[in-house]
Amino acid sequence: MAVKPFKMALAGFSAVGLAALAACGEAPSENGSGDNADASFLACMVTDSGGVDDKSFNESSWAGMEAAAEENSDIKVELKESSSETDYDPNLQATVDDGCNFIVGVGGLMTENVNAVATENPDIAFATVDGFSEVENVYSIQFDTAQSAFLAGYVAASQTKTGTVATWGGIQIPPVTIFMDGFAEGIKKHNEDKGTDVQLLGWDVEAQTGTFVNTFEDAAAGKSTSDTFITQGADILFPVAGPAGIGALTAASENEDVTAIWVDTDGYESTEYGAELITSAEKGLETALKDSVLAAYDAANGGEAITGSYVGTLANGGVSLAPFHDFDAAVSDETKAELDALTQQIIDGTLVVESAASPKAQ
Amino acid sequence: MSTTDTQAPAADQPEAAEEKPNFMRLFGRYLTEANSVMVTIYSLLLAFLIGAILLIVSDEYVRSTYTYFFARPQDALTASWYLVRDSYIALFEGAILNLNMLDRFAAGNAEFGDLLRPLSETLTYATPLIFTGLAVGLAFRAGLFNIGAQGQMIFGMLGALIIGFGLSLPAVIHLPLAIIAGAIAGAAFGAVPGLLKATTGAHEVISSIMLNNIAALFLVWAIGTDFLHSETKTDLITKPVDETAVMPKLLSGLSESLRVNWALPLGILAAVFTWWLLSRSTFGFRIRAVGFNEHASATAGMRIGSTYTTTMAVAGGLAGLAGAALSLGVGSAGLTTNTALEYGFDGITVALLGRANPGGIVAAALLFGALKAGALSAQPDVPVDISTLLQAIIVLFIAAPALVKAILHLRTPRGGLVTLEAKGW
Repeated sequence: MAVKPFKMALAGFSAVGLAALAACGEAPSENGSGDNADASFLACMVTDSGGVDDKSFNESSWAGMEAAAEENSDIKVELKESSSETDYDPNLQATVDDGCNFIVGVGGLMTENVNAVATENPDIAFATVDGFSEVENVYSIQFDTAQSAFLAGYVAASQTKTGTVATWGGIQIPPVTIFMDGFAEGIKKHNEDKGTDVQLLGWDVEAQTGTFVNTFEDAAAGKSTSDTFITQGADILFPVAGPAGIGALTAASENEDVTAIWVDTDGYESTEYGAELITSAEKGLETALKDSVLAAYDAANGGEAITGSYVGTLANGGVSLAPFHDFDAAVSDETKAELDALTQQIIDGTLVVESAASPKAQ
Repeated sequence: MSTTDTQAPAADQPEAAEEKPNFMRLFGRYLTEANSVMVTIYSLLLAFLIGAILLIVSDEYVRSTYTYFFARPQDALTASWYLVRDSYIALFEGAILNLNMLDRFAAGNAEFGDLLRPLSETLTYATPLIFTGLAVGLAFRAGLFNIGAQGQMIFGMLGALIIGFGLSLPAVIHLPLAIIAGAIAGAAFGAVPGLLKATTGAHEVISSIMLNNIAALFLVWAIGTDFLHSETKTDLITKPVDETAVMPKLLSGLSESLRVNWALPLGILAAVFTWWLLSRSTFGFRIRAVGFNEHASATAGMRIGSTYTTTMAVAGGLAGLAGAALSLGVGSAGLTTNTALEYGFDGITVALLGRANPGGIVAAALLFGALKAGALSAQPDVPVDISTLLQAIIVLFIAAPALVKAILHLRTPRGGLVTLEAKGW
């Protein structure tokens, strides 16, 4: 005995109807939605292959875009995600077709594609994050994170009890290795100035080789790498791997004497492992993106055009060392004074932190 | 009563053999029967229906209108309707024709080339899928489940790349040589699971899955080597291929932004070759015979082991061509660990939807290419995952015709339901 299709459909609809009995709320008064639908300025962002929920630079960049829209209701923001670099061209082209006034390409690999689209559309303002462009209507947003990582390395060298610290990366790309270079330099500086002999595992500045888990997602891989370093005597871990870096924090939480230093954001706030974190080497993507969107808006409304490049440094607050939070008492006043002095030297240029991956200056 | 007769299930009404079978009646019968064509069509329709429901559920604003459904139902219904309609229009615009661009073209503000861009994107994303679909489909016919197209494609990418930047030759020789290198690299890697099955009996599903992982990790390592790594960039990206080895764009005369290139005709050619191989050649006869019944084929004097190895090598060669299409086409500026995407795995779904038949595979690849291009362009109004989602649902239904038959109460066709299956377990 077959049931007629529409009977089945009827049953389905009544099931939906029953579920909808819960839907007896009151209707709201008619009003527009809160996404600046009538805005005159459209700012668009194309992500790299990590996607927008990468807990790293795509996510921070998008947060900056949204913050700009929050601040100025005449700005609307739009997002296009790429799953590989072969998606960059169509995505950038689509933002042009959508009538975007300001287009941000996130990731150094997209710079060439941004340049090509920008050259063809000289009336639109573009920006490239973590890349450097010489095209007139492309604004380069870069970060000299070697500077904040240098301070983090110095702190690590002062805090280690075993005399061994370790770093490891997600994938060997410049935005990652620049942190590792700076970290290594900071340790070297501490060894020279204070006569210590702190060893760094996981990264060799000279050879530019080190330990990479070849993923930004797999926290389990990060944990096993961290465990290996711990058995080799490391008591401070510096993972530069986005979400995979969480593996280092779980490893630290399982070993009483092991602590860690986070990157990109203040890990005390962005992760659940604040108690394990001495500090973080921050990269101010959110602020930089927000400021550049607002500047592009001003430029479109008669203000000065945004050209050239922005390099986040300790001097302009684009990169920084996060507060010590729970470890505030553990870090001696002497170390804190030295850090302040080093920060000042970096700002006034008497101390230069070199990295092969440092942003090209304008 | 006469119209319902044709649609009602025949279960409680014995076939009225004495009635004259007119065209409409036969057509109606065909529509309500779970034959492979109708199951495919219904699978697509059901997938878009389920996709619509998921779009509604996942949209925050539309969902909020359902919280006061009984106070003002028209809100929820119109919001749902507009969301679904606009989403599918956006997919269409990204895959076939952008209506907005059509207006601009009519007003003289856009060029003809701009109008073709969505189609060009569809074809661009479909091209690798044609090759990987054929790679999986061909193996299906020999009763082999080739999960390894992803790895074979990766080796094809590397093979084409090495010839692409490593030699300097005139374009007439360089490009074909690089393409052949991709096919050979893919074939060599593809032959491994076939050889393992022939010699040791290792199941090709297991070995080809494992080989995928080996290929993916090998790629990460290979890109980092001095030989392959870009000289100008510190990111994990390879050297670009020489101009002489780049696949020329098909429509660059109309607009440089039309990315579709000569890999597409090559894909069509590969489909014709596969069709010829399967249905006209002795080797194809052997493939089908072994796929149909290996024991009978062995008794008839066919060498099963060598058929497995050769079939997997040819399949690997086809997947290798997908890699060459990427290396020398959209990825010619340099390969990263992401260039291969999941084209190899998507090839499995393409082969299933195309029912392992070269023409069907090309059609299925075009559909999936359109979904991918449409979803990419419809961002951010439509979640980009919609294309993967629709693909998954389509294949779910294709792989389980009984499900479609049960949902829509279709009749069982003569000869039973057609389920594509790879044997060998």
